[in-house]
Amino acid sequence: MASWPILSVTTFLPLAGVLFIMALNGDDQAVKRNARWVALWTTLITFAISLMLWWRFDPSSPEFQFVEKRPWLGGAINYHMGVDGISLPFVILTTALMPLCIIASFDVIEKRVKEYMIAFLALETLMVGTFSALDLVLFYLFFEGGLIPMFLIIGVWGGPRRVYASFKFFLYTLLGSVLMLLAIMAMYWDAGTTDIPTLLRHAFPRGLQTWAWLAFFASFAVKMPMWPVHTWLPDAHVEAPTAGSVVLAAILLKMGGYGFLRFSLPMFPFASHDFAPLIFTLSVVAIIYTSLVALVQEDMKKLIAYSSVAHMGFVTMGIFAVTTQGIAGGIFQMVSHGIVSGALFLCVGVVYDRMHTREIAAYGGLVNRMPLYAAAFMVFTLANVGLPGTSGFVGEFLTLIGTFRMNTWVATFATTGVILSAGYALWLYRKVIFGALEKPALAVMTDLDRREIIVLAPLVILTLLFGFYPKPVLDLSAVSVTALIENYNTALGAAKAAANAATDAPALAAR
Amino acid sequence: MTDAFQLTSLYPVLPELVLAVGAMLLLLYGAWVGDDATNAVNWAAVALLVIAAVLVLGSPNGAVFGGSFVVDSFARFLKILSLVGSAVTILLSLEFLDPAPRRRFEYAVLILLATTGMLMLISAADLIALYLGLELMSLSLYVVASIDRDNVRSTEAGLKYFVLGALSSGMLLYGASLIYGFTGTVTFTGIAQASGSGGVGLTFGLVFLFAGLCFKVSAVPFHMWTPDVYEGAPTPVTAFFASAPKVAAIAIFMRVCVGAFPNITVQWQQILVFVAIASMALGSFAAIGQRNIKRLMAYSSIGHMGFALVGLAAGTPEGIQGVLVYMAIYLTMTLGTFACILAMKRNGAAVEGISDLAGLARTNPSMAFFLAMLLFSLAGIPPLAGFFAKFFVFAAAIKAQLYGLAVLGVLSSVIGAYYYLAIVKVMYFDEPAPAFEPMRIEHKAVLGVMGLANLLFVIFAGPLVDAAAAAAKSIIVAS
Repeated sequence: MASWPILSVTTFLPLAGVLFIMALNGDDQAVKRNARWVALWTTLITFAISLMLWWRFDPSSPEFQFVEKRPWLGGAINYHMGVDGISLPFVILTTALMPLCIIASFDVIEKRVKEYMIAFLALETLMVGTFSALDLVLFYLFFEGGLIPMFLIIGVWGGPRRVYASFKFFLYTLLGSVLMLLAIMAMYWDAGTTDIPTLLRHAFPRGLQTWAWLAFFASFAVKMPMWPVHTWLPDAHVEAPTAGSVVLAAILLKMGGYGFLRFSLPMFPFASHDFAPLIFTLSVVAIIYTSLVALVQEDMKKLIAYSSVAHMGFVTMGIFAVTTQGIAGGIFQMVSHGIVSGALFLCVGVVYDRMHTREIAAYGGLVNRMPLYAAAFMVFTLANVGLPGTSGFVGEFLTLIGTFRMNTWVATFATTGVILSAGYALWLYRKVIFGALEKPALAVMTDLDRREIIVLAPLVILTLLFGFYPKPVLDLSAVSVTALIENYNTALGAAKAAANAATDAPALAAR
Repeated sequence: MTDAFQLTSLYPVLPELVLAVGAMLLLLYGAWVGDDATNAVNWAAVALLVIAAVLVLGSPNGAVFGGSFVVDSFARFLKILSLVGSAVTILLSLEFLDPAPRRRFEYAVLILLATTGMLMLISAADLIALYLGLELMSLSLYVVASIDRDNVRSTEAGLKYFVLGALSSGMLLYGASLIYGFTGTVTFTGIAQASGSGGVGLTFGLVFLFAGLCFKVSAVPFHMWTPDVYEGAPTPVTAFFASAPKVAAIAIFMRVCVGAFPNITVQWQQILVFVAIASMALGSFAAIGQRNIKRLMAYSSIGHMGFALVGLAAGTPEGIQGVLVYMAIYLTMTLGTFACILAMKRNGAAVEGISDLAGLARTNPSMAFFLAMLLFSLAGIPPLAGFFAKFFVFAAAIKAQLYGLAVLGVLSSVIGAYYYLAIVKVMYFDEPAPAFEPMRIEHKAVLGVMGLANLLFVIFAGPLVDAAAAAAKSIIVAS
């Protein structure tokens, strides 16, 4: 194990960057430039350290690794950090995307640069912390704390309806989360601790499981977001600045899926089992309904936002199928969606910075002026559709197989979502990229500049790499996923055996 | 018994004695020198409060005056909070007391007397001591509310506060006399023993006593005076009302509940559940429409008292611990926020509209940042201190199986978050209004300390939580 607290360093290093930026003083231009570079270097170093986490991580063990534990809030609530195969992919996804977000905002954000960078760095700490907290209260702290910087990012640097969108985002998420907080307290009094590894082994009574599951569901379903509580997402996505949309789509949404995997499934196996049909229904509705809604959108960001909801439907479906393929596929789909949807928002950002509109109708024929952009956009569009050879395919395919084993109908309906996604994604691509370049405003469009290439190139490579060779991500989580499923089945099986014994006993006695 | 023995037995009341004697001496000095002594009296008062705080820390456990005045770690915890609240209030008032017509040395003396009353209230262990402490505190507060005597709003606030306060004192006394009549004793331990399984008469007395106490903590349905008094009183006085007296009133509320009526928990629990829900709901909904920040803070404090009472409704050691943590954090949030409100000055005149804060993030970024953090903290968003305050009281409510109360409580906290966010929105999203005058050094200091306390509470939470747990244990065991 590491001799220095490598996980805490990864988590809190961005805060050091925040202090640095706060200390910046001097004339305006210099402060702006320095704030940008400090933020970039902080995120890059954080990324490098998180790669060390990956390097030192032992994927053959289902245990939590890099564990740190210190007393914190009198007795039962501790500062407890650690990662396993389920959380590590998200930690690395977060740290990997942050430098790209910073670069993407380099020249675009002109006003209040200092505050912008501070908000993003604080957000990074809170996101990494969410994925690596091993204490429920600590988890909640990071989970909810992320609302503050995101609220400010949408509200200060967002579009025309930013105030409405930021309030909606904040209050929706808060409403779901406070119910989870009550469930956390109930779990605390039942188990006597908020330590996640202990709680994973604790058998909660069935009544509590049902209520706690519903409370956690309220929080994660909003965050995910699942239909019908997804309505904050299109607003927040559309109004947020480009990098804000990227973080929202790529990382904040994944907290919901991570929460289901970390808490709902292993801690409340009965409730998860009982409520799986509900999840399946909502997932299928999300996949089909939001895909149809995406078809009629006129705003590029809104279209991608709705497609995000549809893709998250695959994730929830896969997770609650509780098969190896389903869960591994769910994790992979989340990572892949993190890369692809983030990249799509960056692509929209590229043209938005030039034209200051996101109306699909305002574009057309961009391939003539922007061949590089067209190529990059194509890769991500196809990945969004789930074309084999892109990362999107692997995730969707695995979740569908995993669900098929449990419930054929759900898988059948969900598969129609793949067709619909081809419908809206290709339509968007055709409208924006192909056709004749007729609009006069577009005649002066320039292709990707160096900064934009630096941002998009790694994402293109990752999309294709994971499409052909998904092994790194799948291997990372394989053992943890297997352990999770085993525990889940043991818990269910033990109770079934007990229930059978209970029903058998009178029968035997009668005999 | 020798004289020496009796004097040392007074050691537990030493802080109160120091404050009371000090207040008289300062009054004499002020009367001798006149209003020019104001500044010296102010600083001497701060020094006295600090000395009293040190003495409180060192004061031994014990009971004096035949058991009607007790010192335990519960009392010490809350006394420190009250003293801090009062001392900071005087610091915040320095500017208000500076210009000639308002230069009055009585202000600090009255605050010292009110603080003495609070300390007595916190330590009170029978109904007589309760009433004495409460009245000493309240009468000083009535006068302080109208200290700006040439100002119509200030005198109106003082008068309103006095009339309604007198009414509530009457109810409290009526309740106390009923309780005495049905139990035959005024000491809390005696009442606890005599109350047995309760009875209609005792419940009647309890209700009236609670009505009086609810008035002091400004809980619904006895909250009507709060917005008017908060708005009308001079802002430093409002800061005072919102901080230290609330701590003392909640303290005696707790001591009465778990000290005098531990056997009829069911009776008072339902009252408190209702009062808590009503306060939280009213605090959240009524604040939404406010345009004046002092009025908004009044509704906010009503809501916060509702949250604190959630912990008391649980009636368990965890609940008491939760309330103690809540009051400590509430004090820092309130004082910090009022430091900002006091700094809202343009062209030498104070402004109080929420819209006056527009664009503060650009005209004064650090003030906006700290105020935003305090507002998020008031809304109970982690990782700020306000979250932990709510966490502990709701955790206690869940343990006591008050699920309905907890659910309604967190829901109203979401509604409450809306109006705090609305202020953040004004500061960060809107176009800037003209800048305020530069902040005075003492306002800056208070805002900085309270803001940092809220930001960094997450790191240093352990000791405070432990101290609150010990304090809660002392009162529950004692009963």
